[in-house]
Parts: sequence; structure tokens; C-alpha cells
Amino acid sequence: MPEGTFCNRRPVNTEEDLKSLLGDKGGAQYYKEMAELEVDVEALKATLQKTLQSRTKTWLEICAHCGMCADSCFLYRVNDRDPKQVPAYKIQSTLGEIVRKKGEVDTAFMMRTMEVAWSQCTCCNRCGMYCPHGIDMGVMFSYLRGLLFSQGFVPWELKIGSGMHRVYGAQMDVTTEDWVETCEWMAEEQQEEWPGLEIPVDKEDADTMYVLNAREPKHYPEDLAEAAILFHLAGENWTVPSEGWEQTSLTMFAGDWAGCKMQVERVYAAVDKLRPKRVVGTECGHAHRATVIEGPYWAGLPSGQTPVPFLHYVEWVSEALTTGKLKIDPEKRIKEPVTLQDSCNYVRNHGLAKHTRIIMSYIAEDFHEMAPNREHNYCCGGGGGFNGIGRYRHQRNVALKTKRDQILATGCKLVVAPCHNCWDAIRDLEEEYEIGIRWSFLKPLLISMVIVPEHLKPQEEDE
Amino acid sequence: MYAFLTGPMLWVALLVFFGGLAARVVWYVRGLSWQLDRVAYGPHLAHGLKGGIHSALKWMLPFGTQSWREQPYFAVAFFLFHIGAVLVPLFLAGHNIILAERFGFSLPVLPMGIADALTVAAIIGLVMIALRRIALTEVRILTTAYDWFILAVSAAPFVTGFVARLHVGNYDAWLLAHIITGELLLIVAPFTKLSHIVLFFMSRGQLGMDYAIKRGGYSRGAAFPW
Repeated sequence: MPEGTFCNRRPVNTEEDLKSLLGDKGGAQYYKEMAELEVDVEALKATLQKTLQSRTKTWLEICAHCGMCADSCFLYRVNDRDPKQVPAYKIQSTLGEIVRKKGEVDTAFMMRTMEVAWSQCTCCNRCGMYCPHGIDMGVMFSYLRGLLFSQGFVPWELKIGSGMHRVYGAQMDVTTEDWVETCEWMAEEQQEEWPGLEIPVDKEDADTMYVLNAREPKHYPEDLAEAAILFHLAGENWTVPSEGWEQTSLTMFAGDWAGCKMQVERVYAAVDKLRPKRVVGTECGHAHRATVIEGPYWAGLPSGQTPVPFLHYVEWVSEALTTGKLKIDPEKRIKEPVTLQDSCNYVRNHGLAKHTRIIMSYIAEDFHEMAPNREHNYCCGGGGGFNGIGRYRHQRNVALKTKRDQILATGCKLVVAPCHNCWDAIRDLEEEYEIGIRWSFLKPLLISMVIVPEHLKPQEEDE
Repeated sequence: MYAFLTGPMLWVALLVFFGGLAARVVWYVRGLSWQLDRVAYGPHLAHGLKGGIHSALKWMLPFGTQSWREQPYFAVAFFLFHIGAVLVPLFLAGHNIILAERFGFSLPVLPMGIADALTVAAIIGLVMIALRRIALTEVRILTTAYDWFILAVSAAPFVTGFVARLHVGNYDAWLLAHIITGELLLIVAPFTKLSHIVLFFMSRGQLGMDYAIKRGGYSRGAAFPW
């Protein structure tokens, strides 16, 4: 039963292993080893026995093979209506097959299944809305990813991503020291323009604890500064934790359920320690999914609810605008036609569409909906980890055409995208297809149009 | 033969049908797990059920969901068949005569003309469903012999019953064929995809609860915009 040095059934738990896996550029050796990796049939059987219960069994069994899910799937539509992209076919030929064969599958099958699970489904859950039986293939694909991860058949980048969370407690190698320093650095940098601005670390009993995406401190710390400015302007009594600040979960994309639990428990531990009244997360869809929607279950909370209320950033902004904590200068609203990307993770899967519409009504004069929109919107094309997997870059680029065409149909040149994955996908589609659009998170837009209260203006501004 | 088929055999068929389907429901509900499904059914039961019932009702309404509206051909085929499939067996005058004779009670009865129309509609619906299965590549790739078997088992009682009703050919033979295929349907239902007679409500209800309890039901309300 050979297992590779890089490709094996063990998750990455040490910095040393993580670094050596990172050293295998593009996963060249990793995928070679995968072709030799044997399936541990006994373990797979045992997992099925334990975790495959009536909901999923029934879904697989009663699927009427009616094909109504076909058109609901953007990957089917964008791949010339290839029947192999019909959601029911994709799940029946992978998970369905594993179940019918009671786990007796081989390496080649598992490698094909990996490809389907990560390059032909983004777990956007749209097909479940279009199935008469209510069969949610996105949920099943997520379950399938868990089976694949446990057997070592996971794309290289996601094995690394899971390892990052396990080693650093974040999706990137940002240590506690790095993070706290970034907070100090960003606060100092902003203090001249925004006197009194702070990024309070580990303040106890604050009203609001802010959690975010490790990419922000690592690659564009100005996003953290912008969050701080907006909290400052809104007069928010807020803090960030020194540990448990990372809200994202590549472990979720990877199907590393034990890693998911570790990740979300870090955030909940920060809540326990600092006792904020509530938590606000950054403009990220999957982070919200992992921490707020799925997180309570991974952490074993029978209520299915987070320990204190957790808001997505769009909920906080919509509240700040409607209560007047943030006021928009009518002169500075967006004048040009602008459209909005609905993130599957917090719109279809958490009902927050109304909040982004409230925000648009405050900040935009000429807002155009995409079609379809809200719960029925299509995935950006890069969700569920698709953006980050080199092996499936070509498929991902094809997938982007859906969003490209949706944006083009609105006639807008500006897209508001309050989600990291969506933001990336839209950036990449512009790079790939050059349709002449711009895209933005909410924070920089808000800062450019918010009215600064007199007492918060820098002294030397009078000129 | 007739006496046996509408006597002891009818008992057996009905027992298997109702007993089997009831067992499927019990097995389904007992197999739900708040941890594995990641849906906190218990603490949010009332709110969840609202979403579950809404989810089933919306889909039972012709053109009630976005999916039905986007696929009018299949929606028409589906409802033509299913309306007849539910109403005719339950409320046909002939069936209720047997019910009264054997079990001492009967249900309200459909006027003959309406029963005929519903039967013809159901057969047309089935033909439309079969044609779609052959014509569309996205349905063809999913289709197996099992799907044709289910379609045949569902069609047989309607076709045989209607031929008997028209008194074409040998009435007694068609009537026997009708009773046998009808009882076959009752007997295989709990063990095949026909179990969706009850599992439709379970599965639809579950997803409705999932959305109501966990996936935004407390923000958008229990009713998901299907």
C-alpha cells in the first residue's frame, strides 16, 4: 500500500512538511505519486458506513434522472452543454459509483473523481434549487471532497491550504507576530490622516470583534486599514483578536473536516476570551460560510448558531448606513452604471441579498441587477477553491465566461464584489477576456464617499 | 382469479404499499442527523417545518417554481401525469366499488368524464416524459434501463385500465392485466424509485428545513424563493 512523500493520506501538520510540499513546484512530484497512491478500501467503507445516512442515500437513490438540473449548472451551460457536465451525472458517476461499489474503487477512478469534484463543481448549490426532489448536489460534492481528502486525492494547492490552517491557523503563513505587527503598522500609517484611529488588539468586552482573511494582512494590508477607518468613522467600539483572527477556511474547500473544526474553534475561542457582543467578518463569502453557517456544526454546537451573533461585512455596512453611523455624501455616490456580484455563500446560502441591495441604494445612483440575481445568481466561476488550483486553470478560465457574459449584459463597467473569491474571479476574467471592466470591494468605495464627522477630521485640513 | 386478485392479493399489495412506504418514512427521519447533515433540526423545528412545507407546496404547484417555469415542456408533462396518477386511482368509481365491497368504506367518486380526461392526460404526460428522455442528450446520459422500468410500471395500470374501460378487445383480459399491473406497482413502490411517493415530501421537506434553519431562513424568512 504505497503512499508518497507528498501525496498520502496524512494531512500536513508541521511547518517542515508544509515547506517541503510547497517546494514541489506545481505539485509535479505530488501528482506523480498520486497516480501510484492506493485506495484504502477498508477505511473508505468504514467512513461510508458511519457518515452516509438517509439524506444522502435518499438523494442518490430517488434521483429521477430527469435532467432538470442540467440548465441550472453554469458549468454545463458554459461547456457547450456537455452531458458529462449535468450535475446528476457528475454526482452519480462519482459518489454514486463509490456508494454502489461500497468503496471498492481504484486509483484511476479516484483521480478522475478528484477532477470532477474540484473542476466540475464549485459547490455553489444552485442545482439543488432546480431539482424537483430537492437533491442538493453541491452538498454531496462537499461530502465527496471529504472522502477524497481522507484518501489523499486532493489537489496540491488545497493540501497546502489545509496544511496552512493546521500549521499557522491561517490560510497563509501569517504568524501571530506578523499579524499583530501588521495591525500596529497599519494603525500608525493611518494616524496622520485619521487622528485617533486605532486597531485595538485583544481588547476585552468590545462591542465588535473583527475577523478577516489572511490575504488581507499578507498581501493587501490596506484592506485592514480601510476596515479600521470605517469602524473609526462609525464610532465603533471594536477590536481584533491576536489569535483566531483568520476567518477563512481552505480546509472547507479541501474537505478536511478535522481541519475545519480546528479552524473555526480558534475563532470561537477568541470570542470566549475577549467576550465581544458580536463579530463582524470581512468581505469574504466562504469565510462566512465556514465560520457562521457550517462552523457551529463543526464545533459541535447543537443550536447550529455561533456563540455570539456573527455579521457578514455587508450586514454591518447596511446597518451602519441605515442607522446613520456612516453617512454618504450624495455628491460622491457612484454616478456611472454599476452592477453587483451576489456571492453564493452568503446570498443563496445565507439570505443576505437584501443587505447588499440596501447598500447599493445608498452608494449608487444607477444600479443594474445582473440576470439572474440574488438566490438564483450564478457562481463567479472561481468558487469552492476553483480559483486556486493550477491543474484546473484552463477549466476555471472557461467557467469565467458565465460571469463575463452576465456583466456584459448589464452594460456596466464597474462591478461591486464584496467577496474575495468573486473579486479574484472577476479580476481574472478581465485579465483573460479584456472586457474593460473595473471591480471593487465595498470598503474603498465607502471611504471615497463617506462624510467625515467634524471631530474626526485632521486638524491641519483647513486650508 | 378475479376474486383472488381483488381479495387476498389486494390485501397483500396494499399492506406492502402502505407498510413499506411508512417504513421508508420512518427510516428516513431516523437517519437524519443534525451533526452529519449539519442542520439543527430540533432546536428550530417550528421554523424549519414552515420552510419544509413551503418547499413541498411550491413544487406541487404547476409553474410554482423558477425551475418549472424555465422548463415548461417538462412541467406540463410532469403535472399531466402526476395529477392523474394521484387522483384517478384514489377516486375512480370502479376502485371505490371494490373498496366498499372488500373493506366496507369508500371515497368520494370522480365523474366518469373527468376520470377519463385525467387518465388520457396522464398517458399523454407519460408519453411526453418518455419522448423527452429519448430526445434530450442531458437526459439520455442519465437514463438507465431502471428508469424505463419505472416508467413502464407507472404506465401499465393506466394503459391497461383505459383499454378495458373502452371495451376494446377482450375486456376480461385487459381488466386482469390492469389489476395485476396495478398491484405490481403497489408492491414494488416501497423498494424502488417509486418510493418518491413519500420520499419526495421527506427530501423536499429536508431541503426546505435546511434553508430555513441554517442557510438564511432567519434573514430572508422561512420561505425560500424556489
